[in-house]
Parts: sequence; structure tokens; C-alpha cells
Amino acid sequence: MAAAFSFLIMMFNVPIPGGTTGHAVGAGIIAILLGPWTAVIAVSVSLLVQAIVFGDGGITALGANCFNMAVVMPFVSYWVFKLIRGATGGGARLLIAAFLSGYVGLSVAAIITGLEFGIQPLIAIGADGRPLYAPYPLSVAVPAMALQHMLLFGVVEGVITVLLFKYFVKHEPDLVYVLTASKGGLK
Amino acid sequence: MTKSQKKLWIGLFVLAILSPLGVILPEKFKTGGAWGEWGPEELEKLIGYVPEGLKKLSGLWKAPVPDYNFGGEAASMAVKVISYVASGILGILAVAGAIYVISKLIAKK
Repeated sequence: MAAAFSFLIMMFNVPIPGGTTGHAVGAGIIAILLGPWTAVIAVSVSLLVQAIVFGDGGITALGANCFNMAVVMPFVSYWVFKLIRGATGGGARLLIAAFLSGYVGLSVAAIITGLEFGIQPLIAIGADGRPLYAPYPLSVAVPAMALQHMLLFGVVEGVITVLLFKYFVKHEPDLVYVLTASKGGLK
Repeated sequence: MTKSQKKLWIGLFVLAILSPLGVILPEKFKTGGAWGEWGPEELEKLIGYVPEGLKKLSGLWKAPVPDYNFGGEAASMAVKVISYVASGILGILAVAGAIYVISKLIAKK
């Protein structure tokens, strides 16, 4: 079982560094396929490797990155999927649920990241009154992060989520957490 | 390894090979880096100074392969592209190793 879950997770390490001046995360689809808790571990490991080996994200930002992309995002995605799917759920409704799961998950994660950027000039100011870290206030940071993710990257994330979801439902339905978890009555 | 597992692994390596698109496209459209993911030099260009705290912390860790690039900052596009693919494969191996260790620890309990 451990092997089965590890190999699935690897899928998402490559899409993360890619993307055009921004990136999809893949946390939504992992949460749908493997469950939100497994997604927390999977995305965290991926972020850890990025920070240590490639200097991407950075050691000092690892906590915030994990929170945004490895905790907030999988759970939001998972809840959105369950909410949209509803009680019966099938066919097109499942696909819409999958798209929105990726889309909303990434957008919420981006907005929270924007909030974290935006409070920096308020909470971290040097002796000379200049911000110690990120310089942009909430009024710049939140719209910047929200808009580009809602207009572009969120759509990419949503499409990736739908395509992978379709693939797994067709070829490996037994592995898909959201389908088996509700049927078996097991969490 | 089952047939479908094999397919997924192949998919991963295809993604690793395609990943240089993430370097080529932004360069082509001159879009720069992602919002908020600036280094000290980029921030200096944007706001005219390097924030004090960032200056201190950014030297904390020297990544062995900064920016997924083996060739240094002056590397040509070809070197960057090859580096990116190599980084993708290295990343897959590193994540696989980490997950293997974690799964062993969890399975023991």
C-alpha cells in the first residue's frame, strides 16, 4: 500500500516547477485521488525537496508554503469537490466538481498567500521604517495574487484536475479516494 | 509493477521532459518571474532597495542546484533546458526517496 501511494504522488512534483510565471500545484487532484491528509504529506515533501535541493520557495518560507499549498489547498479542494458532487453525483457533475475543486483550491490558496505577503509591511518593519521582507501592502498583494490565479493559473489547475480525474475514474476507479471512501463507508 | 503503474511512471518522465516549457515560454514573452517569488536583486530593481531582513535570511541556505540550473546564472538557454530536465528527474528521485522513508516509518507503526 505504501508503494502504491508513493508512486502516485510523484506525478505532481514535475508540474509544480513548470508553468508560466506562476504554477499549478496539483494539490486538488491529489486530495481527490488519495484523500486530503495524504495530499498534505505529498505536497509538503515536494515543497521540501524544492526548497532544499533547488532553492525554490526557500527554507525560511517553507512553513508558509506548506500551509498554503499543502494544507489549505488540499482541504479546500476536497470540500469543494464533495460539496459540488452532492449526494448522488455522476457524469458531468463529477467533472464540474473536479474542475472547481482545482480552481477554487488554487484561488483560495493564492488569496491566502496574498494576505501573508500583504501583512508583511505591517508586521515586519526595520528601524528605518522600511519593510524587512515583502514590501507590498495588502491592497497590492491580495489583488495581484488573486487575479492572476483566478484568471489563468486556476483554470490550468482545474483543467489538469479534470483530465487526471477522468483518467483515474476510467482506468483505476478503485484507487480514487472520493469514490471508494463514500461507498465503503470507511474514512 | 502493474501495467497502469508503469504508465503513470512514463507519464511522469514525459512531464519531466516537457518541463523546460516552463523556462522557454516566460523567456519568450518576457514575463519575468512569478509574483512574490523575487530574489534580492529582482526586488532591488522593483523598489530601489533590498529589504534588510531579506538580505540577512537569503544567504541562510545555499541550494546545491539553484533555480533548477546547473550552469550558473550566465548559462545559455540550451544548458538551462537540459538542466531543467535533469532537475525534473532528480526531483522525481528525491521525492520518491523521501516518500519511501516516510512510508517505512508510518508502516512500522
